[in-house]
Amino acid sequence: MITLTVDGKSVTVPEGYTVAAALAHAGLWAGRRAVSGGRRGPVCGMGVCYECRVTLDGQPHALSCRTLCAAGMEVRTDG
Amino acid sequence: MLLATGYLLLIAGYLLLIAGYLLLTTALSFDVIIAGAGIVGAACAWECARAGLRVGVVEPRMVGGGATAAGMGHLVVMDDSPAQLALTRYSQVLWRSLAEHLPDDCEYRECGTLWIAADADEMAEVNRKAALLQSHGIPSEVLDAQQLTEIEPLLRQGLAGALRVPQDGVAYPPNVARFLLAQAVESGAKVFLGQKITGLSARGAELSDGTALTTNAVVNATGHWSPALTPQIPVKPRKGHLLITDRYPQSVRHQLVELGYLKNAHAVAADSVSFNVQPRATGQLLIGSSRQYDATGPEVEPHILQAMLRRVTEYMPALAQMSVLRVWTGFRAATPNHLPLIGPVAQESPKPKLYLATGHEGLGVTTAPGTAQILADMLLGCETAIPADPYSPINFA
Repeated sequence: MITLTVDGKSVTVPEGYTVAAALAHAGLWAGRRAVSGGRRGPVCGMGVCYECRVTLDGQPHALSCRTLCAAGMEVRTDG
Repeated sequence: MLLATGYLLLIAGYLLLIAGYLLLTTALSFDVIIAGAGIVGAACAWECARAGLRVGVVEPRMVGGGATAAGMGHLVVMDDSPAQLALTRYSQVLWRSLAEHLPDDCEYRECGTLWIAADADEMAEVNRKAALLQSHGIPSEVLDAQQLTEIEPLLRQGLAGALRVPQDGVAYPPNVARFLLAQAVESGAKVFLGQKITGLSARGAELSDGTALTTNAVVNATGHWSPALTPQIPVKPRKGHLLITDRYPQSVRHQLVELGYLKNAHAVAADSVSFNVQPRATGQLLIGSSRQYDATGPEVEPHILQAMLRRVTEYMPALAQMSVLRVWTGFRAATPNHLPLIGPVAQESPKPKLYLATGHEGLGVTTAPGTAQILADMLLGCETAIPADPYSPINFA
């Protein structure tokens, strides 16, 4: 099992989960905001739609569906 | 009885015909026709229409196109020459009062400019500029290296300082052009979209679809295309590249420009790149800039882009990690003395009276309001608020 933090909350998932899967597991599927303020979440699940973006360990616009969870990862969404 | 009615009907018919003819011809009768609906043309249309002139605007493509759609929309006072300082400052005051009427989608923000000094020489230039601006009543503030780091933490360490000009701002020019043109239309202006002026005669102008417009005056506000309408004017296209990043909110506060930008903008030969970064309201960063003289095509040129990116990452290393969404080019309308051409041209035939409102290079958006007021004053025979001789096309006759 791997433990990471999402918006300051601790989330534990099995190894092999993508960050997008961990977000869904934590009830944060639509964690991004459009310029208009509307909610956005992963659509393609394979790294081409760019709707799954989160800030990962301080790096903005990381593709959560293309990143495997690692222990101690810090994920920030748009809330 | 029948005959009298018949005659009455005939006379009524003739009167209707005459009325119809008059209506049609007056509908195509103007005091001024403006060629070009970029921000300069739109601003001219707005000022002339609200001054009570009958205005027609002719635009082949889109409102707010050309350099208006391609540039940064940086509203900045520049002091390459007293005439440039006068026009940019005059315009900036007008922008600040126009701002409260602009809809949100014009994205006007008074974020200020930071002119960045990389070394002691450039710092001396900062102090010189500060004194000059102060003598003209333009607020500015000299920042040392420490203050600069505090106010813009993404700039690299080791810079010497900067000049902050707080009343400079930014806007989204295509929407400002659309707004101003809509205001002009509300004041009675007519827009001929998808049309070009194909000929000028003593009566006025002929459009591409054959429509004949009657007018006493024609204003050429077509930017880098302007020599096509009034040949032999000293306007040449000067290509620029820009790019825009994804959203990085709160990364940059001011429009950041290296002092070397001024050297490059006012050089007459050689391609150049400068560090020039603008924060948008979305947190996206607009990144420039480049200048080329002999480029003719609109394609993005990798060697220019590479040089520009190298230059900007020197000043702001964090840019290298940012995601770029789009790159594009545009053409500024450049003149030999870096001043726009505003005013009547020398012409052989007296009618229609031809005016220029073009050649603004990188200051078209900034000086659109001032250009428009000067032009309207000229058309109305009023004294201009600032001396207009330095921008006279006759200087190049």
